[in-house]
Amino acid sequence: MLMGRTFSVPERMRMFWKQYVKEMAQLGINSIGIVLLISFFIGAVICIQMKMNIESPWMPRWVAGYTTREIMLLEFSSSIMCLILAGKVGSNIASELGTMRVTQQIDALEIMGVNSACYLILPKILGLLTIMPILVIFSSAMGIVGAYGTAYIGHIMPPDDLTVGLQHDFVPWFLWMSIIKSQFFAFIISSVPSYYGYTVEGGSVNVGKASTNAVVSSSVLILFSDVFLTQLLS
Amino acid sequence: MIEVRNLYKSFEDKEVLKNISTVFEDGITNLIIGQSGSGKTVLMKNLVGLLEPTSGQVLYDGRDFVGMSKQEKVQMRREMGMIFQSAALFDSLTVIENVMFPLDMFSSMTFRERQHRAQECLERVNLTEDAHRKYPGEISGGMQKRVAIARAIVLQPKYLFCDEPNSGLDPKTSLVIDDLLHSITHEYKMTTIINTHDMNSVMGIGENILFIHEGQKEWQGVSADIMQSTNQRLTDFIFASDLLKEMRQAVVKT
Repeated sequence: MLMGRTFSVPERMRMFWKQYVKEMAQLGINSIGIVLLISFFIGAVICIQMKMNIESPWMPRWVAGYTTREIMLLEFSSSIMCLILAGKVGSNIASELGTMRVTQQIDALEIMGVNSACYLILPKILGLLTIMPILVIFSSAMGIVGAYGTAYIGHIMPPDDLTVGLQHDFVPWFLWMSIIKSQFFAFIISSVPSYYGYTVEGGSVNVGKASTNAVVSSSVLILFSDVFLTQLLS
Repeated sequence: MIEVRNLYKSFEDKEVLKNISTVFEDGITNLIIGQSGSGKTVLMKNLVGLLEPTSGQVLYDGRDFVGMSKQEKVQMRREMGMIFQSAALFDSLTVIENVMFPLDMFSSMTFRERQHRAQECLERVNLTEDAHRKYPGEISGGMQKRVAIARAIVLQPKYLFCDEPNSGLDPKTSLVIDDLLHSITHEYKMTTIINTHDMNSVMGIGENILFIHEGQKEWQGVSADIMQSTNQRLTDFIFASDLLKEMRQAVVKT
């Protein structure tokens, strides 16, 4: 029912557009920093782990680079990154809407004749769906930069070996797969916390509980859907 | 004018409002008073459509609000303004953006016209330009209530609802808010309904007072009648303190 109200025609397209751009900035642009930071270090760590623990005389020299790329592209930049964003963005959404509910701001919107679900939730969903592919691409790219960091700064392996591995047997579909999965996860991250926040009753304690439940539920749904989507898209 | 006919409201097994029938006239400040938990806020929520009555009618100038379709109710709401107990200003918008919000959503004015109208309303509630660019968290409670009033009247509503507008305010600021609501009601000829248990408001601006006790209409009249009223529940509620009891006895004797 809430999603039914959410996916309605906005009262004023100008105001909807303003909210949409604002949400893209707040949920997406403001997450770029943490996405880049985590992706850089995870890319570096994966490369080190692969080089130190998998490589043997029988393994080709491109293994570390190849596995770093595949792990970043196939799972980290979509699924794991979205799990991290479920915590950051999901709790933000749930606590914002929950606070608006308990301070009667949502009632104020309803009294004015505004469809509060459409005005508040739809820009969040569409904003995150729009910006998520960019975050995925940034994450993958920064993971690779992190791997290069271990080669050039940490001297874990020759950069040429890393380059050979990164270029070895690249399947473009994996990038699309990553983006498609992230879209489903973006919908989960924006809609589930919105539900929890929008339907809060009581006071600040319940807002906190809603925020926690939103993150847990989103994370579990992301993990479940990851299994199905990976099977479906592979 | 708002007419309520035989309104009942229950939550599961608990009957909160029982057979409320009354008329709220336009151009005057109508007050709903009663103890905490008597059903004042539930009544107000039924009037504005935040709750659906279990049975009964709410008529806005003869139009049955309860029986309206969703779309008709949305249109009807644009004739309403509401001031909440907590002001309910939008945290992410500045003072002037809060007041412009209804205009942004529903009017066809240009940006300059909307800004001008919002500034007019803020001047009407005596908020200086210094406050216009501040966020709700940066202004005092009294100022927040005045911004809420400005936002409620910006579309020139026919009906104004106030849920405990003086809650959390000091006595002097409460008087300012009361005077503002009273003067705006007469100026714009609105039907204003105020939920309150502030006795200063009751005696100061109560032109039509509805007293609710345990979900039922117990008494209705004007503030001048309160002193002489023989309704025990009303007098126990209004003159709860010993000081006020003595004052009433002194007035009645004279």
